Amino acid sequence: MRHVLPVAFAIAKRGLRHAFKNPALLLPSILFPLVFLLAFAGGLSTIGNVPGFNFPSGYTAFQFVFVFLQSAAFGGIFTGFGIAGDFESGFARRLLLAAPNRPAMLLGYAMTAVVRFLFTAIWVTIAAFIGGMQVGGSGVDLFGLLALGLLVNAASTMFAAGVSYRARTLQAGPFMQIPIFLTLFLAPVYVPLGLLSGWIHAVAGVNPATALLQAGRGFISGVHQTSGLAFLCGAGLLALMGVYALRGLRSAERDA
Amino acid sequence: MAQIGWIARRSVRRTLRQPALIVPVIVFPLFLLAVNASGLHAATKLPGFPTDNYLSFAMSVSFMQGALFAATTAGAELATDIETGFLNRLALTPLRGVGILVGQLAGAVLVALLASVVYLVVALIAGADLRSGAGRAVVLLALSTLIRIAFGAIGLVMAPRTGSSEAGRGLFPPGSAVFFLSAIHLPRNLIQTDWFRTVATYNPVSYMVEGLRSLVITGWDAQALALGFGIAAAIAALGFAGAARALRTRLTRT
Repeated sequence: MRHVLPVAFAIAKRGLRHAFKNPALLLPSILFPLVFLLAFAGGLSTIGNVPGFNFPSGYTAFQFVFVFLQSAAFGGIFTGFGIAGDFESGFARRLLLAAPNRPAMLLGYAMTAVVRFLFTAIWVTIAAFIGGMQVGGSGVDLFGLLALGLLVNAASTMFAAGVSYRARTLQAGPFMQIPIFLTLFLAPVYVPLGLLSGWIHAVAGVNPATALLQAGRGFISGVHQTSGLAFLCGAGLLALMGVYALRGLRSAERDA
Repeated sequence: MAQIGWIARRSVRRTLRQPALIVPVIVFPLFLLAVNASGLHAATKLPGFPTDNYLSFAMSVSFMQGALFAATTAGAELATDIETGFLNRLALTPLRGVGILVGQLAGAVLVALLASVVYLVVALIAGADLRSGAGRAVVLLALSTLIRIAFGAIGLVMAPRTGSSEAGRGLFPPGSAVFFLSAIHLPRNLIQTDWFRTVATYNPVSYMVEGLRSLVITGWDAQALALGFGIAAAIAALGFAGAARALRTRLTRT
């Protein structure tokens, strides 16, 4: 246990230095969520006038939560790209030989992903406030939204790490992005669940991302819904993806 | 023409041999079409919305997304030829720059055309209503092909400048931004946010989308079609001119 924190901090420090010194890596992770926020909150704000759309904090806040959680998920994916890149350059194999505690490497990657997410979240939040976002929730509610974001971020980091440890190439990038992208877009992105109809309503009804989105929107508006279920789903996803990442790490260790 | 034919044949063969360049062009826009058509169906209840079928409204978005893929594919493929030294070898032959550029685009445009047919068939099966009739579907395919050539030409500008296939693929994020900041989700007159409506009005993507959309939900709309074809042709002309200049500089340098 005594090696855990030094290894984790070393990995996190390297990952962050790498991310923040390369604009080509940093900019997409900030620009993508901002573009989504501008496009959805700005271009689709009229959707807030659809009969039955009763979100109290307005359409910008409604979309902010989606983009906030998307940033959390993409923070994890971009960290996964970094792990795959380390395997392509041969650095990850040397790291596996040198690290006295290998699971601590995962903790280090998770710390990198958290900082990347928080950095993006600050920009997205500023943009949302400039765009006129209204917040009905209290300070505790906003802390709840942040906690949800951190859970999503950690779960997606573990998922992306699991894929990277198995594939060990950047070619696996789409296998990290697409499942998360699909999961997020098969939730009530544009309108509340009640206004969805047809197959998307059925799919969104069983999608764990729906609970996370609804809870996040509840925190921002102060009108809570599915908060308990969301934290349960988030914790369950994190546990599942944690096991997936650890098993991937074992697989990489065997082949190193 | 023979020069263009040789390069085009090679481009088509190379593109068709890479499923990674074909599958996303077809699957990704269809997935977004499915999600948006269901997720945004409620938008048809807005007063003044031009149709009661959001699938018909959103069909044109798939064609534009396919065009974005054409830009990245064309740029990345030409850049790969620069990285591998193939372009340097071509420079030793009597082949003209325009032959290289037009030929290089053939693979991306063919895939885009195939994808357009798939989008059209899937959307019609799923319940989209092609108001202008089956015959005018040909005009829809023609406009979408011209738009893809225009976007592909933009991709070709980047490749000789950077010589990096990564930079070619890097066109996707800024391309997506331009794409999302247009009238793809709602008609411009229904966009409530002033600054967004202004950006969408100055964004040429809006007019290309509206040209495609008019064929699906309005029928013949001469103004929308003239703007759609005109802007796509202008972008294609500017793109090819820029690409030709960049290629000349690249070949002089090497």
